[in-house]
Amino acid sequence: MNLHGFGDQLLAGTLLTLQLAFASLGVGLALGMAGALAKTSRNAAARWAGSTYTTVVRGVPELLVVLLVYFGASQVLTMLAELVGLDASIEVDAFTAGTVALGLTFGAYATEVLRGALQTVPHGHVEAAQALGMGSGRIFIRIVMPQAWRVALPGLGNLFLVLLKDTALISVIGLEELMRKSAIAVSHTKEPFTFYMAAALIYLGLTVAAMTGLALLEKRAARGFARRAA
Amino acid sequence: MNFEVIVENLPKLLDGALLTVELVVFSSLAGLALAFPLALARCSPRLWLRAGPWAYIFFFRGTPLLVQLFLVYYGLSQFEAVRASVFWPILRDAWWCALITMALHTAAYIAEILRGAIQAVPRGEIEAAHSLGMGVWQAQRRIVLPRAVRIALPAYSNEVILMLKGSALASTITLLELTGAARTVIARTYMPIEIFLAAGVLYLLISFALVQVFRLLERRLGVFAC
Repeated sequence: MNLHGFGDQLLAGTLLTLQLAFASLGVGLALGMAGALAKTSRNAAARWAGSTYTTVVRGVPELLVVLLVYFGASQVLTMLAELVGLDASIEVDAFTAGTVALGLTFGAYATEVLRGALQTVPHGHVEAAQALGMGSGRIFIRIVMPQAWRVALPGLGNLFLVLLKDTALISVIGLEELMRKSAIAVSHTKEPFTFYMAAALIYLGLTVAAMTGLALLEKRAARGFARRAA
Repeated sequence: MNFEVIVENLPKLLDGALLTVELVVFSSLAGLALAFPLALARCSPRLWLRAGPWAYIFFFRGTPLLVQLFLVYYGLSQFEAVRASVFWPILRDAWWCALITMALHTAAYIAEILRGAIQAVPRGEIEAAHSLGMGVWQAQRRIVLPRAVRIALPAYSNEVILMLKGSALASTITLLELTGAARTVIARTYMPIEIFLAAGVLYLLISFALVQVFRLLERRLGVFAC
């Protein structure tokens, strides 16, 4: 495959794709956890907010979420700035908008995964921790999360593989990640098949690497469970 | 919120929604047709028969739909042989390219769903079929596939909803489906929030309608029976 010297450009794009994926993963995990806690909350308003979030975001195309965040956010922020008396037009850059949009999508699906995982932790464990005098924050970090994590990991891993491929959508709003870099190379060389195939193979490589990493993580999270599973 | 602009441009958005539904229905049906031979070959005990579908499914599930779309729409034109062939009038057309790519993409996912379903058919039922004197193909056609289709249907309905959302990508190759229509309206009105939200509501309505269709189909086929 002759890349006409665009190899390092594709590599730079790949790095940006990875940055975008991990930044969105952070945002998405936080949103997913908030969503899961809201959906299992005793507060009816929180439950309603949680299920509205997951229903709406999961029913709308990812591309539409990306476009809405990118073009909508600056309009909303500018309006907010006017409310507080600032006369500034605020622009949201493609990386931030992409991270927020992909994080929102990941979070909506992660809400369901985490909610299911949190429910697998027996209530007796929480009560035992309370009897030992732990506060609710500490119980969550020391008792509930380590156990729920093992159950949630396969589901979250699948979502991450989806997220990795969805980063290509951010090229539509001009971020120079792998897909956009390939398009730039195509416009210079007039060899669309070569470069889009190169991009496809890189995505394939990233997917395989992510799958390998996830398998290792799952093995680590399942320490102490191996005997029972066999 | 400016609702006037939504009402004014609703006909354009509805035209786009129609194209979206068209793409989803055709590609889901074509993908299903492609998936059957793929899944059967993927379940084969023979390595040479299994290898092709494995590589196909690996490629289409491991790369973004956007890349696949660009490979078909922009990529194929790189080859003189393609441009000179009888298929060029089809491969030059964005509608056909979107349809072909979406069908190829979803076929890989449906094939995996079907494979899981075929392997989930209880072993005893297949043995019972053989003991009644059915051959391999007869047992496949009469026992395994009808069972597998019922097992796979809920997962297939999920896949169709995913294709509904994937169809938004067709807007990147100039098609004016729902997202594409919304983008052209926004280019004239500069009202991204209103128009994208309206498009989002239409997508939600389409997906609710699809869910209802599958609910009816499941009841009709008696999916609860397994």
